[in-house]
Amino acid sequence: MSAPAINPFIIFFASIITSNMVLSNFLGMCSFISVSNEFKTASGLGKSVTMVMVVTTIINYVIYKFVILPLNLEYLRYVIFIIVIAASVQIIELVMDRYLPDLHIKLGIFLPLITVNCAILGISLFMVIRNYNFWQTLLFGLGSGLGWWLAIATLAAIKEKIGKNKIPKGLEGPGLTFIITGLMALAFIGFSGIFIIQ
Amino acid sequence: MISDVKTVLTRNLWKENPVIRQILGICSALAVTNLAINSLVMGIGLMFVTALSSFTISLLRSYIPKRIRMIVQTLIIASYVIIVDIFLKANLPEISKALGPYIGLIITNCIIMGRAEAFAQKNPPVISFFDGLFAGVGYTVILLGIALVREILGFGTIFGIALPFIKFTPWTIMVMPPSGFFMIAIFIWISSAIMNRRLNKQKVRK
Repeated sequence: MSAPAINPFIIFFASIITSNMVLSNFLGMCSFISVSNEFKTASGLGKSVTMVMVVTTIINYVIYKFVILPLNLEYLRYVIFIIVIAASVQIIELVMDRYLPDLHIKLGIFLPLITVNCAILGISLFMVIRNYNFWQTLLFGLGSGLGWWLAIATLAAIKEKIGKNKIPKGLEGPGLTFIITGLMALAFIGFSGIFIIQ
Repeated sequence: MISDVKTVLTRNLWKENPVIRQILGICSALAVTNLAINSLVMGIGLMFVTALSSFTISLLRSYIPKRIRMIVQTLIIASYVIIVDIFLKANLPEISKALGPYIGLIITNCIIMGRAEAFAQKNPPVISFFDGLFAGVGYTVILLGIALVREILGFGTIFGIALPFIKFTPWTIMVMPPSGFFMIAIFIWISSAIMNRRLNKQKVRK
C-alpha cells in the first residue's frame, strides 16, 4: 500500500494518459455523457473541473493529514470530504464573481454541477487509499483534471463531427456516446505500460 | 397503495430504468462490473442507501429549507453510505478492498440524488421507500447483466466458479475498461430498439 517512491511527475503524466479518470477509472461519467454535445461547453466544463479538482484535493489533503488522522475521525471522511467540496465550490464561485466576472459568466452554470461530479470526490478517496504525500497529491489532482478535460473535449469534438452522419436506429444519443468513449478508452490502453501507478 | 407500488416497480425496472434509460449512476456501473459478485454487493449496497435515504428525505421533506436542501440530502446519503462501508469492511473485507473508492462514491451516485429530487421531495415516506428500493433493483439487474457477460467471456467463470464443459481462451479485453463502455452501449441499444418497436406497434393499432 505504501508508495512514497513514485515521482510526482510520473503521477502527473500517468493520471493524464494511462490512468485517465474517465477512460480507465470511470469517474465523472454523468456530466461526461450529458455535457459533451458542444465542444465549447465541454471545454469550459473541463476547465472548471480542473480548477475545482486542484483546489479541493489540496484542501482535503490538508484536512485529512492534520484534522482527520490526529483526531481518529477516519469513519467521517466521506462526510467531511463532501462538505469541503461543496463549500470550496461555493467559495470559488464567490471569488470568481468578484475578481473574474467574465469567466464566472462563462463557467457559472457548471460550478454547482461539479459538486456532485464523482471525479472530484473520487480523487480525494484515491489520494487516501494510495497514501500520497503533498506533491504527489497536488500533481495527481492537476493531472487528473487535465486528463478529464482532454477526454471530454475530445469526445465533444468527435460527437460534433459524427452527429451529421446516419446512425443505426436506437443507438442515437447515449448509446453512440458510449461506443465512442469505448473506442477512446481502447486507444488510451495503447499507452499503458509507459507509466504504472496502481 | 398496492397499485402505486406496482407502477413504481415497472417504472423503475423498465420504463425509466436508471442505468439504461436515464443514464444515471454510470461510474460505478462500469467500474465494478468485471466480476459478478462485486456488482451484486454494490447493487445491494446501493439499494439499501437509495431506499433508506429516500425514506428519510421524504420524512423530513417539510422541515428542510429549500435553499440548503442539496447539502442536507447529501449528508443524509453520506451517513447511510458510511453504514454500508463499515459493514462491508467488517464482514466482507475482500470485496470491500476490491470495490475500493467506489463504495464511497455511492454518495455522488446520481441515482440517489435523482430519486430524492424527483420523487421523495413530493411523496409520502412509504412509497418513497419503495421507489428508492426499486430504483436500486433496476440498477442491480442491469449491473448483473453486464457483469455476467463480462465475467463469462473475460474469466470463463460465473460468480468465481469455473464454467463446466466449455473451455476457451478468456477474452482479456472483456475485463478491461473499454469493454464496459461497449457492453453498456449494447444494453442501451437493445432497450431502445425494443422501446421503438413497441411505440411503432401502438401507432399501427391506432
